[in-house]
Amino acid sequence: MSYFDVPKLTGSLWKVWFRNKDVFMKTIIVNFIPSFAQPLLYLFAFGFGVGNSINVMEGVSYIRFIAPALIAFGIMDASFFECTFGSYVRMYYQKTFDAIIATPLSIEEVIAGELLWGATKSVINSIIMLPIFAIFGIIDFPSSLLIIPFSFLAGLLFAAIGMCFTAIVPSIDSLNYPTFLFITPMFLFSGTFFSLSLMPDFIRYFALAVLPLTHVVIIIRSLTLSQPNPLMLFSFAWIFLATLLFFVLSINLMKKKLIV
Amino acid sequence: MIEADGLEKRYGEFIAVDNISFVVNEGEVFGFLGPNGAGKTTAMKMIQCVSPKNKGKLEVFGMDVSTDQRKIKRLLGVVPQESNLDPDFSVYQNLLVYSRYFDIPQKKAENIIDELLDFVMLKEKKDTLITLLSGGMRRRLLLARALVNNPRLLVLDEPTVGLDPQARHLIWEKIKKLQSLGNTIVLTTHYLEEAERLCDRLVIMDNGKILVEGKPSELIREYIGTEIVEADNNPAVLDCLNKTSSKFEVVGDTIQVYTDDPQAVMNALLKECDFGKVIVRRATLEDVFLKFTGRKLRD
Ligand SMILES: Nc1ncnc2c1ncn2[C@@H]1O[C@H](COP(=O)(O)OP(=O)(O)O)[C@@H](O)[C@H]1O
Ligand SMILES: [Mg+2]
Repeated sequence: MSYFDVPKLTGSLWKVWFRNKDVFMKTIIVNFIPSFAQPLLYLFAFGFGVGNSINVMEGVSYIRFIAPALIAFGIMDASFFECTFGSYVRMYYQKTFDAIIATPLSIEEVIAGELLWGATKSVINSIIMLPIFAIFGIIDFPSSLLIIPFSFLAGLLFAAIGMCFTAIVPSIDSLNYPTFLFITPMFLFSGTFFSLSLMPDFIRYFALAVLPLTHVVIIIRSLTLSQPNPLMLFSFAWIFLATLLFFVLSINLMKKKLIV
Repeated sequence: MIEADGLEKRYGEFIAVDNISFVVNEGEVFGFLGPNGAGKTTAMKMIQCVSPKNKGKLEVFGMDVSTDQRKIKRLLGVVPQESNLDPDFSVYQNLLVYSRYFDIPQKKAENIIDELLDFVMLKEKKDTLITLLSGGMRRRLLLARALVNNPRLLVLDEPTVGLDPQARHLIWEKIKKLQSLGNTIVLTTHYLEEAERLCDRLVIMDNGKILVEGKPSELIREYIGTEIVEADNNPAVLDCLNKTSSKFEVVGDTIQVYTDDPQAVMNALLKECDFGKVIVRRATLEDVFLKFTGRKLRD
């Protein structure tokens, strides 16, 4: 068994997706509040706080500059947390995966279903966020509507990265490390609140080479400003390949962990 | 139904199931009896196709567990040792979501679930969350869940562990009922009474190995005798028993004489020895179990 075996999947994996959807629907109101509140808080803090001292970034108003970063962060946040803390609880405390693999479903399908559900959480989050930004008039339409389908791919990437952490951490507390060492730096250094062009070369290249959020921000910013970034296609290819890689890797890591 | 030959399972260097062979026939209740850590759960997990074997042959319904997992699992019902009911759902939803994994259409599933809730007497708990159920109710729900796909073979891993006598008897009754309906059942237990009551045939396992196999009554007759005479452990009695050809064992401060003819042993003891009190009791599976697995404490 290697880390990059192509998983054998069937349509049954959607049953895992449905299971998570059913749980989500039970508490749908509670689920909406953070998706709603978080971008608003950031918008007020950064937009009106920082925005008053920084007027223009990369040729647009500061609030229009950070809006796509907040959307990108919301997309990352939703699927990453679903497939780290959420999946860990289902795997370890609730033994949900154990219960499902006693049925015709395989562990590969369980994990794939979890990842697709994580990606779906990102889509849901983007659907909730877009109207808020639209009300403030800081994102352009109709190009911004493309964020919704794109958030599935971007969400899947962060779901898969999160799932890799879930597979290798020794306990749920250790999941705080990837949050601190991976999410927080990305939040700050992915061309989110400051233009990458203001950064020293090594940070810029580092961000473009290994920080997934950089590429997600590039694409979403192109869409909200309806100004295609020259790097857009490169970013899309980067995200696509990274998603494929982490999707397969996370499934194999989980299989190694759970099938002993 | 199940055929295992030279089956082995290792966790790293540790051998959890060590070269075991057994056959489970259609329609019987087959037991795995053994102290904690004997390897019972590990054996069950291999049968369920969730834990790969390292060596030997294991076929369920004539299919290989390494290649036909999906087909085997479709025909299997499982009650795990540790409850893994879904705490995010109510009793009813647990069964409904589970039925989806077996591709059972919702309408049909709803009928099956109504019947099953009746069978395990949880109808009025239908909308209760799992966390609010008692241990006995959870076990019954697990049993109902295992029956959702109308399985040909049921695997029950310690189905009554931790239950009070009432709840335990109820589960026993259900298992008997299922057998009478033609189900094949494999169960593990470390309750001797449970094995004696329920199992047509059983194996006693310890340290990953099968020590003995047979029908409970035959095992008792073959290895113990029908009756046990217990006398105080003192040198005079020992001396006296040594002169006769009785099978006996010293257990703490009593001596147990294994026999089919307790009257004769009693007479011999009364006539020839000086002893304190004597008790005659029926031999049970527990005596066989202790004889094979020893009296050392397990954890
Ligand atoms: N995942 C595992 N990793 C390592 N050792 C294990 C694992 N599962 C079980 N064991 C060991 O294998 C032995 C048999 O365990 P188990 O099959 O659960 O026994 P039983 O069900 O008879 O109590 C025990 O010593 C146990 O510690
Ligand atoms: Mg066990």
